[in-house]
Amino acid sequence: MHTGLRKILAWLRRPCLIVALVSGAASAPVWASLGGDMESVDADQAAMNASEQITTSTEAYTVYELKTATGTVVREYLSLAGNVFAVTWNGPTLPNVRQILGDHFSKYTEAAQKQPGGHGHLLIRRPDLVVESSGRMRAFYGRAYLPQGLPQGVAVTDIK
Amino acid sequence: MQGWVWALLAVIVMVVAGCGGGSSGGSTPAQTAAVNIQPLIVGQGPGSTVNLLSISVTVCVPGSNECATVDHIQVDTGSSGLRIIASQLPKSMALPQQTDAGGNYAIAECAQFADGYAWGPVKIADVKIAGEEAASLPIQVIGDAAFATIPDNCSSYGPAENDVTSFGANGVLGVGQFLQDCGSVCATYPSNGFYYPCPMSGGCLTTTLSDVLGLDQQVANPVARFANDNNGVIIELPAITSAGAVAVNGSLVFGIGTETNNGLGNAQVFTTTAAQGTLITTYNNQTFHYSLLDSGSSTYFFTDANIPVCAQTDPYAPGFYCPTATLNLNAVIRGTNGRSAALNFSVANAHDLTAAYPDHWVFNNLGAPTGAGGSDIFIWGLPAFLGHSVFTAIEGQTTPAGPGPFIAF
Repeated sequence: MHTGLRKILAWLRRPCLIVALVSGAASAPVWASLGGDMESVDADQAAMNASEQITTSTEAYTVYELKTATGTVVREYLSLAGNVFAVTWNGPTLPNVRQILGDHFSKYTEAAQKQPGGHGHLLIRRPDLVVESSGRMRAFYGRAYLPQGLPQGVAVTDIK
Repeated sequence: MQGWVWALLAVIVMVVAGCGGGSSGGSTPAQTAAVNIQPLIVGQGPGSTVNLLSISVTVCVPGSNECATVDHIQVDTGSSGLRIIASQLPKSMALPQQTDAGGNYAIAECAQFADGYAWGPVKIADVKIAGEEAASLPIQVIGDAAFATIPDNCSSYGPAENDVTSFGANGVLGVGQFLQDCGSVCATYPSNGFYYPCPMSGGCLTTTLSDVLGLDQQVANPVARFANDNNGVIIELPAITSAGAVAVNGSLVFGIGTETNNGLGNAQVFTTTAAQGTLITTYNNQTFHYSLLDSGSSTYFFTDANIPVCAQTDPYAPGFYCPTATLNLNAVIRGTNGRSAALNFSVANAHDLTAAYPDHWVFNNLGAPTGAGGSDIFIWGLPAFLGHSVFTAIEGQTTPAGPGPFIAF
């Protein structure tokens, strides 16, 4: 093929690539933990370069514990139906919150802009999302869950 | 008539104190009588948040008289290190850039907070407060236009707090129990999320194995770097009534048992855990293993499912405790040395209180639930500091009561 023609074709293809990337980002299935399925637990594990083990298994859910290199522990609650309905974290550094909240991350950051209270604490309570974050550098604690996604018989206090 | 007499007296006192203090460059403001005391104020901050404890801090280009004094810097016993929002420093002020130990990369930081992150380069400054100075101290400059591109990895930690409004203050002075902000975790583990090496050609690396940063290069507690009075601080604030106050004045005193004005006296010492600086609080027959005295938190944060909470849409007190009548509560705080003390505190209806006193910015009786599993966290925020002298001793530093870290009051 003529070099010039190839360049033109390459140039023409570029916008298509950009469109594809943008649409991919908008639908955001790349990660999806909270509200996602078992595959999303594994995606989190890979993205955070964490170890993974099952720590709890009840009739209603299984807890997958991911441990990052800095020692921060993320627990993901997977229902029998295969949905992640809650995540918790604690450790010396924050986990990748965007990764583990998945599609709910933007709701979290938007709601957080309106909250007073200082840097040591944040509480977001929406009908479709609860995020609780406390602590400080070297000691962070947090929990996020989908109030409408809790399996029957599971109480909020079970999420630890 | 009394007004101008007092003003004249104040000027005389300041001039005399300036002579006695005898330190630092020409642009440092007049000092209070003792070299180790800086005034504090709790009041309406630039972010209009309640119970914001703040101070003025002077930063200088190292070894020079090119200085800037920034007010409304939040005083935080829950973190370590000085951070200033870039817009509050003169544009002309060129603080040297911190580099990695090899001098190959500029260092930028993603400071993590429970409510979000703050991004910006680590710079070197002489930090002057009252008559004390921490020379060539690594500090963070938040929201620096030269580091405008925030790595995805950093923005993944939550809401951005890179300007005065979202940060809630012009900066933060972390005078907590640790020598550095991140410490050994960032000196040991790559991809720690805190520190980022930035090639001189621009941009910052996020997926690198070289982002560990030595303790000496990290953003550090200025107090530990003072020549004297470097083992901790005292926060002294007056008591207020249950109606709150427009503002209150207090003092940040440097050093513990190093001068005639900073002795422990009858204060009880509660040693804290080495890794996290935490105490244990027992409340309502429940044990909270993760408990802090944190001047950077605006309220008492703890979970009691029996106390009603205001709606998140409440214009005055979203998410705060709103009991039908003020609750007089008590708890026991315990150090790792086994020392314990009973503390009484009140939680009022945050909606009624803040609606009744819209011009008040200091309250000693606000509470809010923590969530976060609920069972393990009890943060004694700023209300707990009102009416007390609270000592915070830095890890490894010698004091008359033994080495830090500890809390005393």
